[in-house]
Amino acid sequence: MAPIEKVEGRAIPFGLKNVDTDVIIPAKWLKTISREGLGKGAFETLRADPNNLFDQPEYRQAPILIAGDNFGCGSSREHAAWALGDLGIRVVIAPSYSDIFSGNAVKNGILPVVLPQSAIDRLMEVAATDPIHVDLDTQTVTTPFQDRFTFDIDPFRKMCLLNGLDEISLTEKSDAAIAAHEQMIAKTQPWLTPTLA
Amino acid sequence: MTRPRTLYEKIWDAHVVEQRPDGTCLIFIDRHLVHEVTSPQAFAGLRASGRTVRRPDLTLAVPDHNLPTTARKDAAGNRLPIADMESAAQLAALETNAPDFGIRYIDATAAEQGIVHVVGPEQGFSLPGTTIVCGDSHTACHGGIGALAFGIGTSEVEHVLATQTLLLQPAKTMEVRVEGEVGPGVTAKDIILHITGTIGAAGGTGHVIEYTGSTIRALSVEGRLTVSNMAIEGGARAGLIAPDATTIAYLKGRPYAPKGADWDAAVAYWTSLATDPGATYDKTVVIDAADIAPSVTWGTSPEDVVPITGTVPAPDSFADPSKQAAAAKSLAYMGLEPGTRMQDVRIENIFIGSCTNSRIEDLRAAAAVLKGRHKAANVKWAIVVPGSGLVKAQAEAEGLDRIFTDAGLEWREPGCSACLGMNPDKVPAGERCASTSNRNFVGRQGPGSRTHLVSPAMAAAAAVTGRLTDVRELID
Repeated sequence: MAPIEKVEGRAIPFGLKNVDTDVIIPAKWLKTISREGLGKGAFETLRADPNNLFDQPEYRQAPILIAGDNFGCGSSREHAAWALGDLGIRVVIAPSYSDIFSGNAVKNGILPVVLPQSAIDRLMEVAATDPIHVDLDTQTVTTPFQDRFTFDIDPFRKMCLLNGLDEISLTEKSDAAIAAHEQMIAKTQPWLTPTLA
Repeated sequence: MTRPRTLYEKIWDAHVVEQRPDGTCLIFIDRHLVHEVTSPQAFAGLRASGRTVRRPDLTLAVPDHNLPTTARKDAAGNRLPIADMESAAQLAALETNAPDFGIRYIDATAAEQGIVHVVGPEQGFSLPGTTIVCGDSHTACHGGIGALAFGIGTSEVEHVLATQTLLLQPAKTMEVRVEGEVGPGVTAKDIILHITGTIGAAGGTGHVIEYTGSTIRALSVEGRLTVSNMAIEGGARAGLIAPDATTIAYLKGRPYAPKGADWDAAVAYWTSLATDPGATYDKTVVIDAADIAPSVTWGTSPEDVVPITGTVPAPDSFADPSKQAAAAKSLAYMGLEPGTRMQDVRIENIFIGSCTNSRIEDLRAAAAVLKGRHKAANVKWAIVVPGSGLVKAQAEAEGLDRIFTDAGLEWREPGCSACLGMNPDKVPAGERCASTSNRNFVGRQGPGSRTHLVSPAMAAAAAVTGRLTDVRELID
């Protein structure tokens, strides 16, 4: 996973609320057995309209996406994060996310920034003409017009994103604690391990 | 005396392997359900890193999402190939990955095959008080038996396969209490549609919802699975319903359920899990069952719920400007005008199935409405898709399949079917479907499809009249 610290560039002023993962990547794209190449299917239904935002020359390869409340709701498909990544998105800025989506985003090196609607409204304005700067280290979003918004992020997620860390390797360091839990269960709740009679 | 705890806190506490200084916990996962769509990349990741599956004994794989629901074997009993090459490749990947990694696998043609969220409880693999994950957001379903169950992405699938744990932040708790007796024609599906309409599609974000109250207690386990299944439609990652005598009676004797002395120990443990008196939730919503009517969605978010006696709302009836814009978009997509009576909306397709509503009680409820009746002429396509091979066999033993086929509906093989438009069962563009599934998103049942979410009895009623219909007009 590519580390992420500072991202500067055009931001797609998408702004819609309750954008579900079926909109981000329709189900027919879920038939792949690979993580690659899903950018083609990203927002496919919306992009059928030739005037869609995503394919305007100024927003092609834009690294930032601005959205409304509850972004990424619905299905758990990680294909949504893969598709955004393949489209070139490194940062999403929205007032809130579905829990599953924000987890999937972080695991794929995409930073989900949470900012209040008032900040989103301002960034939507700026995004129409100018680039936006996101700094994960200082947890700030800034514009060329002296706007400065700070955001919160879970410290563990921040550390993983900054370092591009693979979570499985981190967890494997806790092998002894996992084994101890398994032994405790085997002793106190042996019925928890399924067997066919 | 220890601090009073909620059901969620008790299950969480029992699964903490390690707590990090920032509050993130390494949580042990008791059950991992795997299907063909969200697992290939996870297995590929394991192979690439030379990892194995830590606990194959806690893992169960079954294909469901993109299997066609037409016949799977020819007359001679030979397995028929899947025409769609990509679906066939995903199925083939699971058929290879499961034995390669030593995982129990239910074959596409086995009697036990079905939708993963129907199979788990049916087999007694899903148990109260356990942590259950699956690469599918409707894993919330298993909360109906009192398991902390939630959907995960493919990277997390790989993480669980490799370590049998997940790194999680504790969720906030939300109580949705439903009190009183429901009226005639009101089912578990209407209860959860009404709840989703009340709290909104993001109402439960960051929370685990515990459904409590006399209305929930009176539901069968199958009804509880329907309610918890759609916790995710209210934004909650998981739903929970405390295990009780109803749950215990349901699980007894199921293939993977504990036996003998183990059973008694398990029952004692499950009985201790209910939320303690005096425990508090971060948020509580109280709903009067008398306010719940047979319900239907009008838009493209599961929060767009009205009683069947209601009308299509006008976008400016919403206070929130972004909801006004979303409602206007929804109505354009759905081809509906504000003020139209929901009962005047004509329907061309009927789908009875999905992990929300494909269990035997769902099929009985639909059959009770369809018995001795026939689908309307304008209903072009109507299918009934049982949730598992065992549900199918039970329905056939009860003669339900004949009621459906006599009424002009098709009786299919188990799978996810028309819930999600990734197998051949799709709703044509511009056409409507009265569907017992869980999502009415744009294009969910196929590009351009228009979904109205309803209960099985309401879907059956719509089949009979060819329009959205108040099922109370067709029952005594």
